[in-house]
Amino acid sequence: MTTATRSAKSDVSSGVKSNPIWRWVLYAVMIALAVLFLFPLIYMVSSSFKADDQVLANSDSLQAFIPQPFVGLENYADAIDRAQFPRVFMNSMIISGFIVGLGLVVNSLFGYALARLQFRGKKVIIAIVIALIIIPFEALAVPLLFMGAEVGWLDTYQIQILPFIANPLFIFLFYTFFLGIPKSLEEAARIDGAGPMQVFVRVVAPLAKPAYATVAILGFLFSWGQYLWPSMVTRGVGVRPLPVGIGVFKTTPPVAWGDIMAYTVMMTLPLLIIFLIFQRQFVQGVASSGVKG
Amino acid sequence: MTTVDSAETGSSTGSPSSRNRGTARQTEARAAWLFLLPAGILLVLFIVVPFVLAIGFSFTNQRLISPLPTKFIGLDNYVGQLTDGLFWKSIWNNARFSIFVVPFQTALALFLAVLVNQRLRGRVAFRTIFFTPVTVVMAAAATIWVLLFNANGLVNAALELITFGNFTPDWLNSTMWAMPAIIIVSVWQGVGFQMIILLAALQDVPTELYEAASIDGASTWEQFRSVTLPGIRNQLIFVLTVTTILAMRLFDQPTLMPNAPGGPLDSTRTAMVHMIDIGYSRQNIGRGSAIAVIFFVIVLSLTLFQRRFLREEGEV
Repeated sequence: MTTATRSAKSDVSSGVKSNPIWRWVLYAVMIALAVLFLFPLIYMVSSSFKADDQVLANSDSLQAFIPQPFVGLENYADAIDRAQFPRVFMNSMIISGFIVGLGLVVNSLFGYALARLQFRGKKVIIAIVIALIIIPFEALAVPLLFMGAEVGWLDTYQIQILPFIANPLFIFLFYTFFLGIPKSLEEAARIDGAGPMQVFVRVVAPLAKPAYATVAILGFLFSWGQYLWPSMVTRGVGVRPLPVGIGVFKTTPPVAWGDIMAYTVMMTLPLLIIFLIFQRQFVQGVASSGVKG
Repeated sequence: MTTVDSAETGSSTGSPSSRNRGTARQTEARAAWLFLLPAGILLVLFIVVPFVLAIGFSFTNQRLISPLPTKFIGLDNYVGQLTDGLFWKSIWNNARFSIFVVPFQTALALFLAVLVNQRLRGRVAFRTIFFTPVTVVMAAAATIWVLLFNANGLVNAALELITFGNFTPDWLNSTMWAMPAIIIVSVWQGVGFQMIILLAALQDVPTELYEAASIDGASTWEQFRSVTLPGIRNQLIFVLTVTTILAMRLFDQPTLMPNAPGGPLDSTRTAMVHMIDIGYSRQNIGRGSAIAVIFFVIVLSLTLFQRRFLREEGEV
């Protein structure tokens, strides 16, 4: 668990595999796999710089990876124009931003109450939260759509935000995290006369930065890619997020593949950049989503 | 809770501090409900209520917009679904998908995790590369792979080279190969996530166990079987369970990839595609809700069965 044991362990495994031939085999396997994982992305980027009718035309050779004939940013300009990219991008930012931001507040409060505060019925509520994790969103989509239609919320931001703020899985992640931090600091603050809210805001929340980072990253990953629900509740481009916005290209043939690839590049890039910058936090975040095992 | 209670009664022998503690406890309980309130309201409104509604609707002929009044029709929706060949076909498609994806994706994730856990130069770079597709949203991934799986696309160009032109299916228009294409995309996009969970598990297996095993003369494979696998058992179960649930929920890829939703001759119509088709596209909310309830029961029993089965097996 500590860095010391980790490096010691790595020494053991490297001791087993110090054979140079074995090392080359490992590299060969990893490079082959890396090619398989990356080629679709290289293809996407390369295609986004080609004329629309050239994307498929030279997809049957290594030319697929060379952006030639190079059309510059033409496809990007077209995609931004046709799909109203700035608008759709803003929609995605607003929706994901609210889901993640408000979610961090309400889910951590809930998780903290379950982990630390004394009240009647706590065990029942914990059991209910765990049961709710199993209910897949898809099973709720149709009745939720009905509810949304009844209150006239179709084609709004709130119908894309509100159902996803409170998340039983994230509550559970916060709950297990708060259980694991030592009580002594909170007790010290309490003796100084701080109420539960003060203790939470001043003492606990700062300690829980890794948990907040984890939930923020997972929440962003999930909400940014949502497709089913927004395609059910939005009709026009007004409040539509990025993954649904791609639909405008798929209406009438001939399909403008260059534009589509430019759009997917622009849709993928923000998350990819965030991932590359916060790689360590990403990896830790995903890793700790498996702790409940 | 009980310990706190006994501590309270123990000190409540008339001392003035006991009253303070009593009120402190009340404040704490009040605070707790305040802490629970915001998320609690949202959970009830957006999970519990629609879930109860789904059960209710499933016994009626409710439609999204309809001039006819809603009627209670008993088990008609359930009977209708359970005798509908298309419903069973979509369940079967989920099964076909899961049978390949769950073992294959988990095994590949474990393999990748073991690879990037070796002390080799550049392993962080490889870890990054294997995780990158996770950050590509499914709508984008599906679009890229539609091009790659085109009859004259890059995948077939590579296959033509390898198989000398003997195997170049028209992936997404073939009843036989549309599902495998979807499987490939799903694994490509999702395996990095599982890899990271398993990698973290690998790094927490105590070193001493490996030392002891190698002193005993265990080979690499024996060490993997008797030290690594038992050491990461919990996370493996977690990954298997989550992958199974996600496989049951398969929706985006079959909607986005083949030309028609449901794919060639419904060969990629999954339970969720079917449910949205009935409950949303055809606006038959009653029917759609019945599918949702059946689906929930299937997922719940699969989860419980898998947990129980894997737990007991491990205890032998």
